[in-house]
Amino acid sequence: MTAPAPAPPAAPGQALSAVPGLPVPRGPLSEQLVTALRRPPSEAPPLPGRLPAGTDPLGEDAQLALYAAYELHYRSFAGVADSWEWDPGLLRLRAALEEAFGRALRGAVPGGDDVDAVLEPLLEEPVEPSGTAHHLQKEGTWGQMREYLAHRSVYHLKEADPHAWVIPRLTGQAKASLVAVEYDEFGGGRGDRVHARLFADLMEGAGLDPAYGRYLDLVPAVMLANVNLMSWLGLHRGLRGALVGHFTAVEVTSSPGSRRLAAALDRLGAPPQCALFYTEHVEADAVHEQVLRRDVLGDLLRREPQLAADAVFGVQAYGYLEDLLGDHLAACWRAGRTSLLAPLPEPTGAPGTPDAG
Amino acid sequence: MELVLEDGTTAASDRFMVAVCTCRRSRTYPFCDTSHRRRRRPGRGRDGAPEEGTP
Ligand code: FES
Ligand SMILES: [Fe+2]
Ligand SMILES: [Fe+2]
Repeated sequence: MTAPAPAPPAAPGQALSAVPGLPVPRGPLSEQLVTALRRPPSEAPPLPGRLPAGTDPLGEDAQLALYAAYELHYRSFAGVADSWEWDPGLLRLRAALEEAFGRALRGAVPGGDDVDAVLEPLLEEPVEPSGTAHHLQKEGTWGQMREYLAHRSVYHLKEADPHAWVIPRLTGQAKASLVAVEYDEFGGGRGDRVHARLFADLMEGAGLDPAYGRYLDLVPAVMLANVNLMSWLGLHRGLRGALVGHFTAVEVTSSPGSRRLAAALDRLGAPPQCALFYTEHVEADAVHEQVLRRDVLGDLLRREPQLAADAVFGVQAYGYLEDLLGDHLAACWRAGRTSLLAPLPEPTGAPGTPDAG
Repeated sequence: MELVLEDGTTAASDRFMVAVCTCRRSRTYPFCDTSHRRRRRPGRGRDGAPEEGTP
């Protein structure tokens, strides 16, 4: 005789597979897009094919519109017709947004074609570290840590998905090695080890809602741009060199950053389930870095040396947008205000709610 | 994959490839955690340090 089993808690996997609602518009472009997406393409008002003069390609309106356009290729939004994904009018608007985004990024980075030179500074450990991970490790508050996780959730809940798009554009060792890294990102055959799932576990431990897209409305353009960059590079075969350069830069910088973030969670007294996402990345990305540099990027450039400038662009654009995000977080936190578009709701009796501070 | 260390203990990993630490500085020895990296003094590049990555 056994006691009736207690009702199982809502499986986190459930939340991970739920489809989010459409985001709240942030200006005329995202307004027109979200309004159109509420109806099937045949009944929707036409979308603009050009950006209004004065549109800031890195601003809230343009970045949210671009994010929403890309999201149709990932999980889409609740109630949106599947046929929007390849609707010519939507793709025309997306192309205009991408063109402006790409121009802004190319104008902001130095460029060049020396891949080793541009990766070298990323391969050094600063004697006097600075940046967000360092701040959180040394003195960040629990509230800042939770904000940081909410920002990152717009990527980590689909971690490594944008890079999967480059697979058919690669051959030989570059392809084999990129897929090996992706296999690791996707849990090595185990659903409970998918990195996106580890991040959902971390969010739960930190009293955040791990539902896919839950915090999109709170996340500013400066973070969305980091995800849009990956989607843009991943969806265009012509930008495969930049996608691989970007991925390499991520993997090279991730291991030390992850060590600091694991230490930050530990210092702040987060529940043990939280740090796993970062401790896993300390070791995994020490391997991924080597594989990406040598076997993916190295092999790709041996086959297609003309892609070197694109690879450099991928590395630099990654650094540029991460730096903008870091500057934004630092400025907000120094001024004692939220780095999100609105403060996070307080955790509601979730298990992991260490004292602020 | 199992790695037998000098003191007879073993470390296991099921990753497709492992990076074994040869510098002895790793905090996750015997696996590399990038602690082998060259130190960079401040004053180079943007504040001496690019924003640190996250996976
Ligand atoms: S070789 Fe020792 S940490 Fe990388
Ligand atoms: Fe990962
Ligand atoms: Fe990785």
